[in-house]
Amino acid sequence: MKPAKFDYHAPASVEEALALLQRYGGDAKVLAGGQSLMPLLNFRLSRPAALVDLNRIASLAYVSEHDGQVRLGAMTRQRTIEFSPVVARKLPLLREATRWVGHLPIRTRGTIGGSLAHADPSAEYPAVLMALEGEVVARGPRGERVVKAADLFQTYLTTSLAPEEILVEVRLGAMPAGAGYALEEFARRHGDFAIVGIAALIVREGRRCTRARLATAGTGPVPVRLRAAEEILERDGLDDAAIDAAARRASELVSPDSDLHASADYRRHLTGVLTGRALRRALAVAVRAEAPPRRRGER
Amino acid sequence: MTEKGWIGRPVRRVEDARLLTGRGTYIDDHPPVANLFHAAIVRSPHAHARILGYEVKAARALQGIVGVLTGEDVLKHTKPFAVGVTAPVRYYCAATDKARFVGEPVAVVVGKSRYVAEDAADLVQVRYEPLPAVVDPERALEPDAPVLHEAVGSNLANNRRLVYGDPDGAFREADVVVRERFKFPKYGSTPIETYGVVARWDALDGVCTVWSNFMGPFIMHPLTARVLGLPENRLRFIVPPDIGGSFGIKSLIYPYMALIALASKLTGVAVKWIEDRHEHLLASSTGTDRIAYREVAAKKDGTILGMRFRWLDNVGGYIRSPEPGCSFRPTGNFVGPYRFQHLEVDASTVMTNKSLTGPNRGYACGHLYFESEGMLDRLADELGMDPAELRRRNLIQPQAMPYRTPSGGLYDSGDYPKAFEKALELAKYDELRREQARARAAGRYVGIGLALAVDPSVSNMGYVATALDPQFRAKPEYLPKSGAVDSATVKVDPLGRVIAILGTTPQGQGHQTVVSQIVADELGLHPEDVTVVDEMDTFTRIWSISSGTYSSRFGSVGTSAVALAARKLKAKLVEYAAHLMDVPAAQLEWSDGAVRRREGKGPAYSVKDLAGRAHWNTESLPDGMEPGLQATAVFGFGVSKAVDAEDRVNSSNTYGFIAEVMAVEVDPQTAAITILRYVTVHDAGTIINPMIAEGQIYGGALHGLGGALYEELQYDEDGQCLTGSFMDYLVPTASEAPTIEIAHVVSPSPLTPLGSKGLGESSSMTVPAVIANAVSDALSPLGIRINELPMTPSKLWKMIDRAGRGHAPLQ
Repeated sequence: MKPAKFDYHAPASVEEALALLQRYGGDAKVLAGGQSLMPLLNFRLSRPAALVDLNRIASLAYVSEHDGQVRLGAMTRQRTIEFSPVVARKLPLLREATRWVGHLPIRTRGTIGGSLAHADPSAEYPAVLMALEGEVVARGPRGERVVKAADLFQTYLTTSLAPEEILVEVRLGAMPAGAGYALEEFARRHGDFAIVGIAALIVREGRRCTRARLATAGTGPVPVRLRAAEEILERDGLDDAAIDAAARRASELVSPDSDLHASADYRRHLTGVLTGRALRRALAVAVRAEAPPRRRGER
Repeated sequence: MTEKGWIGRPVRRVEDARLLTGRGTYIDDHPPVANLFHAAIVRSPHAHARILGYEVKAARALQGIVGVLTGEDVLKHTKPFAVGVTAPVRYYCAATDKARFVGEPVAVVVGKSRYVAEDAADLVQVRYEPLPAVVDPERALEPDAPVLHEAVGSNLANNRRLVYGDPDGAFREADVVVRERFKFPKYGSTPIETYGVVARWDALDGVCTVWSNFMGPFIMHPLTARVLGLPENRLRFIVPPDIGGSFGIKSLIYPYMALIALASKLTGVAVKWIEDRHEHLLASSTGTDRIAYREVAAKKDGTILGMRFRWLDNVGGYIRSPEPGCSFRPTGNFVGPYRFQHLEVDASTVMTNKSLTGPNRGYACGHLYFESEGMLDRLADELGMDPAELRRRNLIQPQAMPYRTPSGGLYDSGDYPKAFEKALELAKYDELRREQARARAAGRYVGIGLALAVDPSVSNMGYVATALDPQFRAKPEYLPKSGAVDSATVKVDPLGRVIAILGTTPQGQGHQTVVSQIVADELGLHPEDVTVVDEMDTFTRIWSISSGTYSSRFGSVGTSAVALAARKLKAKLVEYAAHLMDVPAAQLEWSDGAVRRREGKGPAYSVKDLAGRAHWNTESLPDGMEPGLQATAVFGFGVSKAVDAEDRVNSSNTYGFIAEVMAVEVDPQTAAITILRYVTVHDAGTIINPMIAEGQIYGGALHGLGGALYEELQYDEDGQCLTGSFMDYLVPTASEAPTIEIAHVVSPSPLTPLGSKGLGESSSMTVPAVIANAVSDALSPLGIRINELPMTPSKLWKMIDRAGRGHAPLQ
């Protein structure tokens, strides 16, 4: 379990990294946190001519706010996101999802850009990017382009990024104050990739649900937005009947594969169960957020 | 001494500071010889294929490569390993004619680094003729199944039908007969440290030295010497002081010891091979997967009259020694803690295109009790009896101890009802049942499981011959085998400090700590005064065929050897003191770490005092006393006898007891299992260090939980292994650990000087049973019974989904 021979580069800037990618003409791999790539190299399942290591590019790690948008540098560690005050305030769904990512040592190394670019459909971050309708910034030889979540994921472990492009930034719209959210996941062990995960976001006005967002992990080659289920909620609200209907619809919207850990039927069933649970928990979060803060002495 | 002594105290492990700060000495840590070269092993990608030839030129030509050996070299330079059955299975240290499982070694490349060796391994081309594969043991016995070993003629490596008492009569007399089929999964131990071997075949003195994390039994030393064509005193096995876990798995490193030794012989360099995790999962060792057909015969009042076991144990591509221990290791405790006298065991050992098997913590007892305790619960259902009451009615009673089982086991001590009642009390069993009733009324699926087990320790190596036909064993040329021995040396240095030297191979069990407690008690010292050295070396240590650290033997036999050596030394010190004091030894006693008169005043001689005088002034020794202060003891069990003509054998030497209660809740929507309570009560005789004992119970329980819920080496129908990494082979972690409530009952063994028994395998053999019974109980309203492990959520949900159709939807 030793990797085949490769050249190793640790550029200090994105420009340098891009030049290296061009030089290897698609035969180089970008190394971020290494939590998925290193095992692939050690198994010799991936045999790139070179690794371009982004870990020395300090300018790629940041969390900032711009006009209602949170921008995260691609090399921002999952552990940083877990404890970021900005993320806690503006993207509590991302924070909750981060706690489901692997274990502490993994999150200490793993990055948001690496996770999205690796595009494992059972991972949490792709589901969150879909649910929050986020986008990523890809920089290539011809400059930058913005790729919407829906356009990013192509199939298992494959994105629409070109080999000479680097994912440099992740952009997520701040969640509205008072929004309800939840990430429900079922895995065989704590820290494993999801058998099925559901990321949910709801925004209410009175009894109406003005925005519902549901996205999956583990239900097929790419994370799936459950738009038809969202529509039920946006039409019928968030009472038990509507949530049950949305959950049922959710399980019809996915066509998962069977693998060693779970059958397709079980995954489809879990999609419904977890959608219902995620929505109920999201609703509870929204209700709690709405309740006016109690003053001391009040009951 | 025990009252105020160190035995029985949770003395902190002296090993831990060293191990936790990275100063352990493991096989991979430092090169025992200079100029090491590194091996990479080429492995079969096919489950079953004839080997037509090898092309190694490109690999040899790579810079940094010093040699490549293939099955042709193995065939030319080694003999096959002896196997434990009479079927003509030729098992070499690498494939020679055919590859019979994915991952089987087919060639070895030796180079200046592991990297270049792996590069060259990629260039080795083996020409294969792929053959149809078979992985299921029942399918493998069908007449049209592909046959792995043509010389055997079928895939049946062995079959024994053992009959104890009159099982047919018992089934005739029965009011109730229950039958069931069980499947037990193939899983291993995944020790943190994988296999590692360093070999140097010295052409000048003709000695082949093999350093490895081999754990014994050292019967493999003479067998390997024969394979390599070496006299035994030219083959030296050295085991470093630390092994990073084993749980039985590292007894099966021996084929690699032979293979790397051969690589050293043929390349002329010292060769190192460290197994990687992928190799470990593909081709180290696991327990067998088993299909079991069980029958129990009972009276209406719950009295069990007899049982029938029919087993198909899947040992993979070859039957590798000590298999078929998978069937016979528990021979003496086949009946578990129950009184029934009539038993029939039909044990088949089947070869299929899976990886090879051997002891895995609890060796075959996880299988045994999963089936037996499952049968007890089914019988209780059938009789409409509480499963606790059914067990009570059948337990062996304390006054029957020592108890001879129908299959030849000699249970040395125990109070099974007391331990069982303690477990029920701790778990508040009756209250749990009431809670369960309330939960059920609320639509929740809560269940309670019980499991009782006799916990065998210190295998009597004679059990292995149970695999052979009694007529074969009756031949004059057949040499019977028996025994379970260990040795220890205790010496006092010139300034009075004590060193204990062991020949065991600790894998993390804390031998140094435990031995320092025992010696401190025997000689009236502080454990810190005792240094324990534990590096096995077949050239310098006193060892025997059964030596090693396996089958929970250290707590029983190793500790006995240490206690006896210390006592021998103490006797010499007393004799010497008597000479110095000019009084008869009988008038002296050993108290507070010194020899003094029983009555009256006079000088007291401490160990330090006596050591100084004895070493520095030999004139002070009595006439005829051997100079020096050391004593070696070899402890063996008198109850270790060869298997008799009726297939009865005392397969272990000390027998503990385990009683467990578990409560679970199953989420019918996700099939997730939550452990609500888990109580485990053990009787392992005298507990030398309760903290270490507790650690063993935790580890054993988690290991059992692995087999019950998470771990399985899975293969597709073509024999491809689907679980080649920790992404797919799931091992429970601390996050999955339930709260474990532990208690002990102490019935000292009359057979060991300290009264101790082994405890190292412990709950690994009961957790599969107790959790399967608890989940079956939880899902009994749906008519679901668990007879197959692991209970993955996907499989369990399928059962719930099928059963639930027609039921009201559950929230």
